[in-house]
Amino acid sequence: MTAIAWQRRRATASRFWADFRSHRSALVGLGILLFFGLVAVFASVLADPAGLDVTKATAPAHAGPSGDYWLGTDQSGRSVLTLLIHGTRVSLIVGLAATAIAIVIGTILGIMAGFYGGWARSTLMGLTDWFLVIPFLPLAIVMATVLGASLLNIIIVIGVTSWPGTARLVCAQTLSVRERPYLERARALGGGDWHQMTRHILPNVMPLVLAHVVLTVSVAILSETTLSFLGLGDPTRPSWGYILDNAYGTGAMSNGEWWFVLPPGLCVVLVVLAFTLVGRALEAVLNPRLREGS
Amino acid sequence: MSLLELRDLSVTYAGDVPAVRGVSLGVAPGEVLGVAGESGCGKSTISNAVLRLLPKSARVGGSVLLDGEDVYEMSFGRLRAVRWATASIVFQGALHSLNAVQTIGRQIAEPILLHEPKTSRKAADLRVGELLEQVGLPARRAKDYPHQLSGGQRQRVMIALALACKPRLLIADEPTTALDVMVQAQVLQLLTGLVKDLGLALVLISHDLSVLGTTCDRVAVMYAGKVVEEGPASVVFDDSRHPYSGALAGAFPRVGDPRFRYAPAGLAGDPPYPGDLPPGCSFHPRCPVAFDRCVSEEVELLDLGAGRRAACLRAGEGS
Amino acid sequence: MSALAARGVQVRFGAARAVDGVDLEIGSGEIVALVGESGCGKSSLARALLGLVRPSQGTVDCDDRPLDYRRLKEFRRHVQLVLQDPSGSLNPRHTVYEAVAEGLRIHKVPGDERELVAAALSKAGLRPPERFFLRYPHELSGGQLQRVVIAGALVLEPDVLVADEPVSSLDASVRGEILALLLRLRTELGLSLLVVTHDLGLAWNIADRVAVMYLGRIVETGDTAEVLTAPRHPYTKALLSVVPEIARQEPIVLKGETPDPSRIPAGCRFRPRCPAYAAGLPADLADRCEKETLPVLPADRGHHAACVLP
Repeated sequence: MTAIAWQRRRATASRFWADFRSHRSALVGLGILLFFGLVAVFASVLADPAGLDVTKATAPAHAGPSGDYWLGTDQSGRSVLTLLIHGTRVSLIVGLAATAIAIVIGTILGIMAGFYGGWARSTLMGLTDWFLVIPFLPLAIVMATVLGASLLNIIIVIGVTSWPGTARLVCAQTLSVRERPYLERARALGGGDWHQMTRHILPNVMPLVLAHVVLTVSVAILSETTLSFLGLGDPTRPSWGYILDNAYGTGAMSNGEWWFVLPPGLCVVLVVLAFTLVGRALEAVLNPRLREGS
Repeated sequence: MSLLELRDLSVTYAGDVPAVRGVSLGVAPGEVLGVAGESGCGKSTISNAVLRLLPKSARVGGSVLLDGEDVYEMSFGRLRAVRWATASIVFQGALHSLNAVQTIGRQIAEPILLHEPKTSRKAADLRVGELLEQVGLPARRAKDYPHQLSGGQRQRVMIALALACKPRLLIADEPTTALDVMVQAQVLQLLTGLVKDLGLALVLISHDLSVLGTTCDRVAVMYAGKVVEEGPASVVFDDSRHPYSGALAGAFPRVGDPRFRYAPAGLAGDPPYPGDLPPGCSFHPRCPVAFDRCVSEEVELLDLGAGRRAACLRAGEGS
Repeated sequence: MSALAARGVQVRFGAARAVDGVDLEIGSGEIVALVGESGCGKSSLARALLGLVRPSQGTVDCDDRPLDYRRLKEFRRHVQLVLQDPSGSLNPRHTVYEAVAEGLRIHKVPGDERELVAAALSKAGLRPPERFFLRYPHELSGGQLQRVVIAGALVLEPDVLVADEPVSSLDASVRGEILALLLRLRTELGLSLLVVTHDLGLAWNIADRVAVMYLGRIVETGDTAEVLTAPRHPYTKALLSVVPEIARQEPIVLKGETPDPSRIPAGCRFRPRCPAYAAGLPADLADRCEKETLPVLPADRGHHAACVLP
């Protein structure tokens, strides 16, 4: 029995992969993500973390690219490449962790609002709308200032400000699943609210959420870059936004030190683009309504 | 002479899926032909094949003669003139295909203005009123939007829409399936009345043999893309010569007949998938009276006299 | 003794009185057909009997005791539901095994789950059951799906099955098989059955008793053979006359459709569409049609009609 079950799962997975593969842009995105993922995992192997320490920097400051320092050095004489490699890790961690928080909050609130309807729905969706209309940046700046600058706080700030989109999406999908006859069957079988939500609604909402996750990650990474660029990031954990902030703060932009500015900027653009490409493809593959339209 | 004649029509969908396999049927003005069968038997494919509405990938064999003219040899311009003006279709599930943001009057006027561009707006409105009254709705309902109508009224609008360009052939695909028994009776009454008053030829497609039995002059029963029995409606229903039509007729019991009390009749198994048909007679795996020859021999329609045909090796045995 | 009963049940949705006072009993081992057109309140009544909707008035009795809405879960093991559209009533992401085992898991039924599921599937006519365990709903035909739904209900060993249009979305040739299965469940397991349908033929096929519903009330009830061969209420007569199988009779086609349950007419609720009233009645009878509020029909086994005509 389990052997057949596995066989089925393999068949489903290979069908999914075949669908996904037909989106060329998604493969490009996946390739880029894979590259950055490997860089993040092997950051310490690729570049000695000791190079991040300002006190141990020996190279001249503001130096252009050379054989020793492929991407030049920053204002304290640290290798920009080393910063970039370790920044990959920080940026990705913040992006993924913040997304996890946002998705968990958004999914729980979205399902509850859609499932209970009425009073619960107007309250929860009212809260969601409230979060949607507050401009993100001022709220995030205030929260980051109050909580203090640390990696964990940055994750929390981004996480609790980016769930409303997910909540709205999940709520809409829950409303449509709630009307299916199999939910009435589950009620007649004696299934309580918890049973209906976890066994029937969640599995049918999950594919959409999954596609949305990938899109949320790119927004989270952008947010992290923005906050770090504004100097609200964790100074002990250099991220891409942190590099950009340093470059701006030490006049690298006006001095034409392109090696200091361009690489982190390009990395941000590439990762965000890659997540978006993959997310769009996932949405098309997992959402049957979009598939019918194509 | 027949207004619509199908000669050995066959339709094969992409992937070598034969939906219709050699069907010959005809319907004359003032006549109601019923086509009965279950999902996947090819009955809806036939209605689409008549007006060349099949997907491009479908291969069509045989011929469809409309008033003696082969539909598949018409130029595109001629075909457009024929669609709606000679023959029109009330599609299955059409209840939901009305445009929600246009009054039904405008929607009925649209084909009139398309086919006779010289018609004045006023003349078109007058005709819309006439059409609505013809299907039993007051002319003032032309100003209504679809959501203001009930299911039965919307089906009436769909029929008025199909009649807009005065066609001589009407094909109705499951026109009563989503409706209540009482509304179903109203719609059937309307359709048979139109046949009588306008001399229409009507093809009524349904899975419900009992509906066809009481409304139609002739009935053709389809199974797996073929006509398995054809004949005068009352006879096919009451004294079927093919075990499949017998089973279909039995599936809808006669209320009051003690033979059906506590004895629901059905067939074991399911209709076959058109792409994977059994050899020999495609009905043999579900047939209660099949014998060895049924497994190997393909059966053609046999003429049984009195306008009856059946595709069964035992058809001659009588009942 | 009744397995399940409605006593003066009223179900309201806002201003609409979907069910407007109904007494109905389903005896143990009895098959009752609840017949009516869409919008007549038959599905709301069925849902009230299942405890899915709480009546605004009246009670639902199970084994002659009023249903306790705080102990619904226990009640669910007695009364189970079979819905109209089998492809919609199964979660597309669950296998047949999971769908049937769902009830067992909810109620934490002791015993070997695999064996219980297999037994329920074979009772529903899916044999050998193991072949169906890992199938997904989209791989099965309509008839097989309906059997899976029935198996999912049977696995809890209920006393009563409420089936809402159990065959109306199935192919004609499959229909008889499912009805035969329901009849067999009654003889083999002693199940009571309430079948909600618009199809009088189905009632003739399997039901012991019929209740005809119009605009929230039962207007005629009694033994199936009696009601369907000698109907008393004009509405039942009209419904019977349009059943296509009865060609011998001139159809009485009623005008219009079931009216709005939020505006129930005074006097007899069927009067605006009643062919007998429209044809003209003696003044005293017509007066009673217009003014007299008819009592709720009793739930006993006799033949009753809510009509002032003799």
